[in-house]
Amino acid sequence: MSKALLYDATMCIGCKQCEGACAQQNKLPYDDKVAAESVQSEHKYTVVLNKDDKFMRRLCMHCEHPACASVCPVGAFHKTASGPVVYDVWKCIGCRYCMVACPFSQPKYEWQSLNPRVRKCIMCPDRIAAGKPTACAEICPTGATKFGERDELIAEAQERIRQNPTAYKPRIYGMKEVGGTSVLLLSSMNVEEYGYPPSAKLGEIPMPEYTGRVMERIPDFIPVWTLVLGGIYWVSHRREEVASAEAEEKQEKNGGAR
Amino acid sequence: MKIKLTFWKIVFLVIMALGLYSTFVRYYYGLGAISNMTDQFPWGLWIGFDCLCGVMLAAGGFCIVGAVYLFNVERLHSVVRPAVLTAFLGYLLFIVGLLFDLGRPWFIWHQMVYMNPHSVMFEVGMCVMAYTTVLFFEFLPNVLERFNLHAPIKWIKKIYPVLIVLGILLSTLHQSSLGSLYLIMPSKLHPFWYTPALPFLFFGSAISVGLAMTIFESTQSAKAFGRQLELPVLVELGGALLVALWVNALLRFEDYFHRGMLGQIVKPSYESYFLWLELTLAFIIPIGMLSFKKVRLSPQGLYLASIFTVLGFITNRLNIALTGFETYVGHHFVPKWTEFSVTLMIIAMGFALFGTAVKYLPIYPEEHRVEKARPQTLNVAAVSTPVLGHAGD
Repeated sequence: MSKALLYDATMCIGCKQCEGACAQQNKLPYDDKVAAESVQSEHKYTVVLNKDDKFMRRLCMHCEHPACASVCPVGAFHKTASGPVVYDVWKCIGCRYCMVACPFSQPKYEWQSLNPRVRKCIMCPDRIAAGKPTACAEICPTGATKFGERDELIAEAQERIRQNPTAYKPRIYGMKEVGGTSVLLLSSMNVEEYGYPPSAKLGEIPMPEYTGRVMERIPDFIPVWTLVLGGIYWVSHRREEVASAEAEEKQEKNGGAR
Repeated sequence: MKIKLTFWKIVFLVIMALGLYSTFVRYYYGLGAISNMTDQFPWGLWIGFDCLCGVMLAAGGFCIVGAVYLFNVERLHSVVRPAVLTAFLGYLLFIVGLLFDLGRPWFIWHQMVYMNPHSVMFEVGMCVMAYTTVLFFEFLPNVLERFNLHAPIKWIKKIYPVLIVLGILLSTLHQSSLGSLYLIMPSKLHPFWYTPALPFLFFGSAISVGLAMTIFESTQSAKAFGRQLELPVLVELGGALLVALWVNALLRFEDYFHRGMLGQIVKPSYESYFLWLELTLAFIIPIGMLSFKKVRLSPQGLYLASIFTVLGFITNRLNIALTGFETYVGHHFVPKWTEFSVTLMIIAMGFALFGTAVKYLPIYPEEHRVEKARPQTLNVAAVSTPVLGHAGD
């Protein structure tokens, strides 16, 4: 079954322990200076944003149908059955199409490196395989970030909104956006205020379909177009052949007449 | 022998020196040091110009080959070789550009091993690779002829129909797929440029620019190498260009009309200024110019119209690659000077290689024909003079 993370901003106290645990899990540097950074980067996969002491996390959404995986020419990204969208660095050629294509602009790059890697939250696949929650969910002191089955988390989020309708905006961000994501957000604020793209702009169509509609026609297009081009070539050169044959005939006739 | 330093040679040397410095920075300090690309702008000038525009500028190859070999437009036969040369150099330089832009260019071969058939980039990559190979074989007879190796030319002539059909098929696929690359970014790319019609528009602009580039380089090389300008060829190309531009313009209009954008594109905004710059250069000026028969029949007029077309569609593709993302990102993208210098170096290499090839290879075979024909014309003159002389009697 597919695992997911539910982040409930109303329970978050902004302690940033998830940032620290994430850094430790991914062997990234973490100190006061990094903690103060309010943008994600190649050394900061997740960030807790603060707006008037109302908090919001940003991290890879782990789309059900990830754009990054569909655009990568060498298939360096893939969605695992258990939920995480993971990255095989040894395949990567560094074209950065994933970064441009990601609707949440999550993949970051090691711009200063000579053998740069794409960096993003990979949802602790090793921990999940070992039956443990992600590092950020495990350390969260208030349960604001909760790890579990996606279906169950959606049901729980809906229940929370139902029981406390004044505390939440009535939507679960990530439930349907771009075909659904494995990170689900609940908040009293509009998540757009923290830089998330508006749901209306994202739509509910999985991103890979936009290119898939064109790509799926190519296998039909190739033989048809080859036949058309070959046909045109044959016709126009056949005409030439006929013309030259006729000319020859004429010459022969003329020659015969002499 | 003394090498004369002309103005353009000095410019060339300066560009190459700066480019080599930038190359050093690129491979010694990395992409962050040489470019202004960031996590917000992961694709900069190199994707925008070297790749998107480079492939478009090299489209003359398949346009002219298609016209001459598929549709038997015999009059264009004399520009097949220069067009194929431009295309071949264009694709080679596109690959050079990629080696700068890819973060891990040493793994470029992964493309052939870890294939992802869902990826547009994979399709473009494979097509470009295959088409460069096709162009190599289309170009090879030039070299073989130079060294009088006629046996292999015969073999290539035998597979010529296959090369031609394959070349046009591959070009159709990747020229349009360059546009499909952006189909997956509906929420990021500005609606002036994001449209499901992107693949069609890219294919259309490739044909327009392919024709315009052929006019441009024919005129340019006539100037540079003191060749006689073949006006009938240019006139033919100019007519085709006018039709191609009209088709493109109608497609664009149709697209904006269907998406209900006509009201928005006339409203003043940062994007609309860039859009109108593009539309003016690519459509309004060249279509306006070419609509006059006088312009269509004048070498200068055709030359100017082709320059506007090329500049217009370059603006178009840079708008798609850069301008169109600025509102989403929230700030402007200005390439670093080292990015420009790499691009300039690649363009300069293109010019130099083209010049060298024309100098040493039979790219303009009619040159020889003219030389052979000259004595004949002299004879005609010699014959006709006494006739005329007698006419006075």
